[in-house]
Amino acid sequence: MALDKNGIARRIAQEMKDGYYVNLGIGIPTLVANYIPEGISVEFQSENGILGMGPFPFEEDVDADLINAGKQTITALPGAAYFDSATSFAMIRGQHVHMTVLGAMEVAQNGDIANWKIPGKMVKGMGGAMDLVASADNIIVAMMHTNRAGESKLLTKCTLPITGVACVKKVVTDLAVLDITPHGFELREVAPGISIEDVRNATEGKLIVNDGVIEMRI
Amino acid sequence: MIRKVVANAEEAIAGIKSGMTLMLGGFGLCGIPENSITALKNSGVNNLTCISNNAGVDDFGLGLLLQTRQIKKMISSYVGENDLFEKLMLSGELEVDLVPQGTLAERCRAAGAGIPAFYTPAGYGTEVAEGKEVRWFNGKPHLLEHAFSADYAFVKAWKGDEAGNLIYKGTARNFNPMMAMAGKITVAEVEELVPAGELDPNEIHTPGIFVQRIFQGNSYEKRIENRTVRSKS
Repeated sequence: MALDKNGIARRIAQEMKDGYYVNLGIGIPTLVANYIPEGISVEFQSENGILGMGPFPFEEDVDADLINAGKQTITALPGAAYFDSATSFAMIRGQHVHMTVLGAMEVAQNGDIANWKIPGKMVKGMGGAMDLVASADNIIVAMMHTNRAGESKLLTKCTLPITGVACVKKVVTDLAVLDITPHGFELREVAPGISIEDVRNATEGKLIVNDGVIEMRI
Repeated sequence: MIRKVVANAEEAIAGIKSGMTLMLGGFGLCGIPENSITALKNSGVNNLTCISNNAGVDDFGLGLLLQTRQIKKMISSYVGENDLFEKLMLSGELEVDLVPQGTLAERCRAAGAGIPAFYTPAGYGTEVAEGKEVRWFNGKPHLLEHAFSADYAFVKAWKGDEAGNLIYKGTARNFNPMMAMAGKITVAEVEELVPAGELDPNEIHTPGIFVQRIFQGNSYEKRIENRTVRSKS
């Protein structure tokens, strides 16, 4: 069966290593914080100016001056730090953040990502996404394999305006885990109950299937 | 001591003319100069170019100046929370320049730091790169981006003193420190204005040299966009 959003988040959480500073985007990526494996310590950076972001506050602790980049009220953990936006993007551009998890509308087989604009329909702006994808070494995309119309989001080439060039390293969807390689999307894992054929049918871009594809353990 | 304290927001916006370029601090509705925005609205100045990370919501923040059509052009990174904004943009009534958030912050910082332009990797290969010089450093492509120029900057801090020194609270800091550096005239509004000597110089975020006018805001609504809480069970 295909994973739900929490399943995708749970699988991505397994990619974290002890000592990582991590930036989570809005949507499915935000859920990743709920599934940090035992024994692993990571710190979350939110680009509006906090390191050491904690969970949502209890009602009586809500503070209008303490939000994340999704404008949600949050808390700060012991050891947290606040800083301005230029310092925040120095952390990102300067590659001090070890892992970035983003949502996407489309990913191309060369690692291009589109997630900021649908011409004529949706123009909300790129926020910090262009800075993140241009600089981060370790970019994981969390998204559904197909859109609501059932069309593949893993493409030969993006059809929407792109956010960054050849930057995505790994894609985790409701169906599969895939690495971006010089030859295309290389299938690593399939969701429980999903066949390689299912993934092939849902992938418009070039899919590479080598020996050793395993079922996700989540 | 150099006199910087003004009585209120109305006095603080003196000299603002239609057609000017303004910077306004804040991220979403967090850390926005609420009192200055109200004074700008009441003053009736128009044809403004506003540099601000976001454009407020329909009925708060910079949304108030959109309602009254006082803004000609917005320079922002994300404007998704404002229906009126989208309508004005699609109808062509409002010019919009979308800038990657880190580039926006750095163009403010550069403006205040005497750096006319810089190279950044953000936006290479995208629509943002159109018409910009590309140069390769360390095997990676970068875009040439220019510092902003702003007639006035409006920032909001938690505490300030008569010398113009500012301390921000939590994530309400965001763009305020860089914008304070960048304004030809920087107006700071604070929740608490204290005499010089009461703030610890070790704790100052924005040194007073960057602030020309300072006042204590009358009231702060501090509206929350997404109130998210967890339950105790």
